[in-house]
Amino acid sequence: MPEPVIVARDLVKKYKEFPAVGGISFEVAPGESFGLLGPNGAGKSTTMRMVGAVSTRTSGDLSILGLDPNQFGPEIRSQLGVVPQADNLDAELRVRDNLIVYGRYFGLPIRRVRQRADELLEFAQLQDKAKSKVDDLSGGMKRRLTIARALINDPRILLLDEPTTGLDPQARHILWDRLFRLKEQGTTLVLTTHYMDEAEQLCDRLVVVDKGVIMAEGSPASLIRDYSSREVLEVRFGSERNAQVAGELDGVGERVEVLPDRILIYTDNGERELVQVTDRGLQPITSLVRRSSLEDVFLRLTGRSLIE
Amino acid sequence: MSLSRDQPAVTGSGQATRSATALVAAQKPRRFGAWYVAEHRFRVMRSYLQTVVVTGIGNPLVYLFAMGVGLGSLVSSNMGDSAMSGVSYLTFVAPALLATAAMTVASEEFTYPVLLGFKWNPTFLGMNASPISPGQIIDGIVISVIARLLGTCVVYFVFMLLFGAVPSPWGFVAIFVAVLTGLAFGAPVMTYVATIQQDTGQIAMLMRFVLLPLTLFSGTFFPLTAMPTYLQWIGWISPLWHGTQLSRVFAYGLAEPFWLTVVHVLYLAVLVIVGWLWTRRIIGRRLNK
Repeated sequence: MPEPVIVARDLVKKYKEFPAVGGISFEVAPGESFGLLGPNGAGKSTTMRMVGAVSTRTSGDLSILGLDPNQFGPEIRSQLGVVPQADNLDAELRVRDNLIVYGRYFGLPIRRVRQRADELLEFAQLQDKAKSKVDDLSGGMKRRLTIARALINDPRILLLDEPTTGLDPQARHILWDRLFRLKEQGTTLVLTTHYMDEAEQLCDRLVVVDKGVIMAEGSPASLIRDYSSREVLEVRFGSERNAQVAGELDGVGERVEVLPDRILIYTDNGERELVQVTDRGLQPITSLVRRSSLEDVFLRLTGRSLIE
Repeated sequence: MSLSRDQPAVTGSGQATRSATALVAAQKPRRFGAWYVAEHRFRVMRSYLQTVVVTGIGNPLVYLFAMGVGLGSLVSSNMGDSAMSGVSYLTFVAPALLATAAMTVASEEFTYPVLLGFKWNPTFLGMNASPISPGQIIDGIVISVIARLLGTCVVYFVFMLLFGAVPSPWGFVAIFVAVLTGLAFGAPVMTYVATIQQDTGQIAMLMRFVLLPLTLFSGTFFPLTAMPTYLQWIGWISPLWHGTQLSRVFAYGLAEPFWLTVVHVLYLAVLVIVGWLWTRRIIGRRLNK
């Protein structure tokens, strides 16, 4: 394995006494697409800010591109592209000027920045919005502009904090497509998300984070293999009856999870388990057989679902 | 489509190369970061350029005419042409108006851009994610305000000349005194604004209950000594009074003890330095979360 571009060892961030990040360790290889998956408040954004060299760690070791952010903040940031959770585009400037002015912060020559801005507008499919006001853009367009802005310095590592939160499905797919292209070009991606599908689409490898610590690590497929079954049978008996019915499901599937609105049955063969359920005289209102996802991994690891 | 790539400053792969590239890439932002921030401010100012130009030209015209010529003719018809310790009212009031104009510009540029930058239009967060450091953000704002102050004050001074309000050949120094006055008022204001977490109209209050009284009680329209003694302390703590008196020294040779002139300069300088450095500390703390 080539030398990792990010190395975190027992990384801790405390606010007063509250540990937002409670000692996490991970490495990211060059060109890799690495994800931090977890619910809101898990410490993902705090971790991203430390990696982004804007938040000083309380303890532990952190090295980005072989440099310590405590001493080499500007150096590290010169090589990063940052897409924060909340867009912080400049509403007082027009779309193209947002890119140009941002490129200048990196000390790039104005001519180079202009050329790059036009390329990025094309990449973000915003050519005909170059002169628009930022406030006139849709949520998805703002997000793409933020990503374009993060790429103005041709970064080695792109940090994306919840890149598609709050976007409609179409806008998310456009964004994923753009991110996938960057990945193909060899840009190292580090992203946080609480969306399973996003993690499965974009991440080569991920860590599941909860309450500031890492619960598991691996590729999406290996995590599903290790912490879940191949298929999941979802049955609903109505919110009143779910818990009661669950008691009658002993021996069905490998494992049963009862959620307020449905029962999840983990198994290799969902159809076979459904027959078992109905054979016991239980008639679900609805039933669904699906592949296991990272959502199930998270549920298994923490006993909670991701989006509460 | 694919994006063009820059030729790397350092060739090769592996960690040593990556670190070296970063070290090279950060050289310019480390040195010139504040200027890039100022450049950002100038681009934003361009969007309200009209206001800058209209107030820059309109203010001196209106104020010099109304106060200097209008009110001035009233004063001189009652007290003679040399009513103000030997000079006309216009000559007396013009340097004060110049300093006041600078203070007003500073009160615009050091308040809302700082308040917005943290929250409502959080440009500081974007800058902070780039190689720019928090202190450079403040330095850049100060640079941009100095530039606007200089422009405003030069225009004002030209009008003062046209009105025949500057008898002394050293009058032009009043331009720099006014810039210093603007900063001396603006830097501490910026410090305060940088601490505002929740906007509940503090800036409007500041304008009404600090800026306006300072203008009225800082020896602007009449000498400080014309006020009751129990009000004169306002002048002594007011950067505007120190700036105005200093401005008068250069504009028409106001007679005052030399030590007092030194006090004016020192007081203004201390306000600028303390306000500037303190704001740097605050922003550093606020952006490092």
